[in-house]
Amino acid sequence: MSKKTEAAKKACRLSDVLMTVDDISIVFGGLRAVSEFSCTLKQGELVGLIGPNGAGKTTVFNMLSGIYTPTEGTICYTDARNRVHPVHAKKPHQLSKLGIARTFQNIRLFGNLTVEDNVLIAMHAQRKITPLSALFRTPAYYRDEQEKRTRVRELLTLFKIESRIHELARNLPYGEQRKLEIVRALSTNPQLLLLDEPAAGMNPQETQELMELIRFIRREFNLTILLIEHDMRLVMGICERLMVLDYGRTIAEGLPGEIQKDPAVIKAYLGEEAVSDA
Amino acid sequence: MMPERKLSNLILLAVLAVVIVFVPALLISVGVLDAYTAQILTIAGINAMMAISVNVICGLTGQLSLGQAGFMAIGAYVCIWLAQTVGVPLPFAIFVSGIVAAFSGFLIGFPTLKLSGDYLAIVTLGFGEILRVIFVNFKSFTGGANGKRFTTILAARADYAWIVIIGSLVLVVVFLQNFFRSTYGRAILSVREDEIAARSNGINAFKYKMAGFVIAAFIAGIAGGLYAPFIGFIKPDLASFNRSIEYLIYSVLGGLGSVTGSILAAYILTYLQEFLRFLQDYRLLFYPVILILVMLFRPQGMLGTREVSFVGIWNRLKTLRREANEQKN
Amino acid sequence: MLLPRYTRQPLIPDPGFVLYIDARRLVLLTIFIQQLVNGLSLGSIYALIALGYTMVYGIVKLINFAHGEILMVGAYTAYYVLRTVGASPLGLALAFAAAMIVCGITGITIERFAYRPLRSSPRLNSLITAIAMSLILQNGVRVLPFAGPNPRQFPTMDTIMVPFGAVSVSNIQIIVITVSIVLMLILNYIINWTKTGKAMRAVSFDMQAASLMGISVNRIIAFTFALGSVLAAAGGILYATAYPQIEPTMGAMPGLKAFVAAVLGGIGSVPGAMLGGYILGVAETMTKGFLSSQFADAISFSILILILLVKPTGIMGQKTRVKV
Repeated sequence: MSKKTEAAKKACRLSDVLMTVDDISIVFGGLRAVSEFSCTLKQGELVGLIGPNGAGKTTVFNMLSGIYTPTEGTICYTDARNRVHPVHAKKPHQLSKLGIARTFQNIRLFGNLTVEDNVLIAMHAQRKITPLSALFRTPAYYRDEQEKRTRVRELLTLFKIESRIHELARNLPYGEQRKLEIVRALSTNPQLLLLDEPAAGMNPQETQELMELIRFIRREFNLTILLIEHDMRLVMGICERLMVLDYGRTIAEGLPGEIQKDPAVIKAYLGEEAVSDA
Repeated sequence: MMPERKLSNLILLAVLAVVIVFVPALLISVGVLDAYTAQILTIAGINAMMAISVNVICGLTGQLSLGQAGFMAIGAYVCIWLAQTVGVPLPFAIFVSGIVAAFSGFLIGFPTLKLSGDYLAIVTLGFGEILRVIFVNFKSFTGGANGKRFTTILAARADYAWIVIIGSLVLVVVFLQNFFRSTYGRAILSVREDEIAARSNGINAFKYKMAGFVIAAFIAGIAGGLYAPFIGFIKPDLASFNRSIEYLIYSVLGGLGSVTGSILAAYILTYLQEFLRFLQDYRLLFYPVILILVMLFRPQGMLGTREVSFVGIWNRLKTLRREANEQKN
Repeated sequence: MLLPRYTRQPLIPDPGFVLYIDARRLVLLTIFIQQLVNGLSLGSIYALIALGYTMVYGIVKLINFAHGEILMVGAYTAYYVLRTVGASPLGLALAFAAAMIVCGITGITIERFAYRPLRSSPRLNSLITAIAMSLILQNGVRVLPFAGPNPRQFPTMDTIMVPFGAVSVSNIQIIVITVSIVLMLILNYIINWTKTGKAMRAVSFDMQAASLMGISVNRIIAFTFALGSVLAAAGGILYATAYPQIEPTMGAMPGLKAFVAAVLGGIGSVPGAMLGGYILGVAETMTKGFLSSQFADAISFSILILILLVKPTGIMGQKTRVKV
């Protein structure tokens, strides 16, 4: 194992560090979409990743959730049993089992399946039965199904969409689709939740509810949350710490208050002239 | 969706299954059902099984695999070889031919399931043709391009054939429903719906695509293992592209994603094919024209992704009878 | 093939050294060059047909299974023209014209009534429709009373072999190669130097953006189909000239091989289709010359499977990324 991975693993072992990202970069056919992105996520944090459009934020998420493999750099993650894994080369379903869940910028639900099925699918990885017991419908199979369905109902009730349980996911209104995506992600029992623009397309009132919802689930489910967002009210309102990306590079890091006044950030969002006005 | 598991529903379905499997056999042995009709209905059963095989891989798993006839041919040849040359009892031979077809599905799935959409369709189409060429050249085993004839009990006795073939069809449907209405089936459906979302939620997409592919190959192998002894004749043409298209047509017409739809379509079209024999060569135009019309005007086929629910029909009949009684009073 | 006894033969008169090449190697070299010529001729035909596949795929992302049948229609049209007018150079020219017109119209009609309504449907539906269309054309010609399922002899001109040393080229091969190259040059001009060609490239890049720029997408797609069909007509006639037996299923094999050529070169890429056609043609004739004719067909299938497993985008194709 390389020296960098060793160092990253060591950092992960420090008490409450959940994930250490060490200088990850990714190159797409000549274009360096993300350069040397690093961060450390501690247990229970609520961190925001912001930046102008095209800065590479979703690409970072894709690397953290295994959809892309970084061309350089390492990522280390501590799972629920306090074991440290190098995860930069792992696939999405493996990361899901380790406790990393995510939602998508353009909602990716299983449209032709019911709300209930959408959540049940995410629980598949936690099954305690074998294909044979499904084939022959043993009592163990029915027990497992019953447990799963009870849990689905609980989760949906928590998010106030349980009335939709047997409807097809694609027929839900937009706001409830977003909620369903979050419910689905939560049912995988994650430790780390990556939210990609959860407030996209929401009006101020919905955004306010979302903010409370995010705070709520962090408490209830003991989560660490990393979110990408453009809505500054939400970002400033709930994030404890911010990282700012522009053209694939981190240009600022720190508390929300500081970031708001950071000249590099203002320049990235509003342009050169705005800096002198600030 | 899991309907309430009432004992009465289970009994209803069990009785229905027994009736379908045994009553016509009785009618055949007694002579009420003539041999010709029996043959058509039995062949339709095998076609239905193949249509289900296509449905599993194209409709339920969402992978455009168009070479199912190849797996059927593998099943057919293996079964005949085991039964005739090796002397294994027929039921066992049929089951093993399914296993062998499933295994070849496993081998072929590995390199090809990484491809997507159109490319997968082409490769699987080619697979059937390559298999056909291999079978034609493997004369000692297969009898070359003209095929081989043989007699088996299934070819001799139509009532036995009915029980075995329709019985197998019923078993396939039962196990398939059990599988696809379980968490495993949901996992396969999720890969069809949105592969990236499925992977991000803990589903190993490749593994479940493989599962769908292997299951479809198994069913096709069983169908082949039933076909060869029943017809009493195999030709390498069994693996050809044209046959794969035929089964694809049944499946699309019934509705990709509906197992009962495939069965319905297979029966209707098999019967229609016999009925339209007088059209001779124009018959060859019939299928593709129907196919295009369906694609243009009702692409979801007859049933779309819904299934015929016997329990639902029974309940509806009961409600109707109750209403009729109430009206009388 | 009888080889002469092992002898040494000086190839060049002695200027102070002698180049020795033995008869066996000379024969092999001859076979190689002969098959190269044959391959170029066959490859031209494959290239013409492959261009149709690749242009249609590039613009509507559809594998037009019916394309092989279009070439068959072209061959049949030419057959009737040549039977009426006679197999003279004028007759041939008329045959080309007639076949191109008929095939162009067929291509446009198919697109309009079978493919256009399904443009926004899932891919499987279009694929199934294309397969069905190919079956309709095949069986349609079969049941036509004046066509029928039996093979017919295609009228050809007398073959004159032109020797080049030990290698000989037939006049038919010369015609095939010249006509193909002329057509490909014309196509190249259309695509790269005309406004319509530019529109074609725009639509294949991004259909929505092209329509926003004022391009009539439906017209351009119809034009592309027509163009592909015209080339297929030519390909069909040239194929029938080289293998003069026509029957309703004649389009299947060359169609499939041309498809392999298109995939080999990178489906969606016009230069790729030309390159793929020639590579496949030469590969096939080399196999026939050095291995056996039985394997020639298998070679095409094997090449297809090999590319799809190793580099599905082909020699000149580009990988498309899915945005997550």
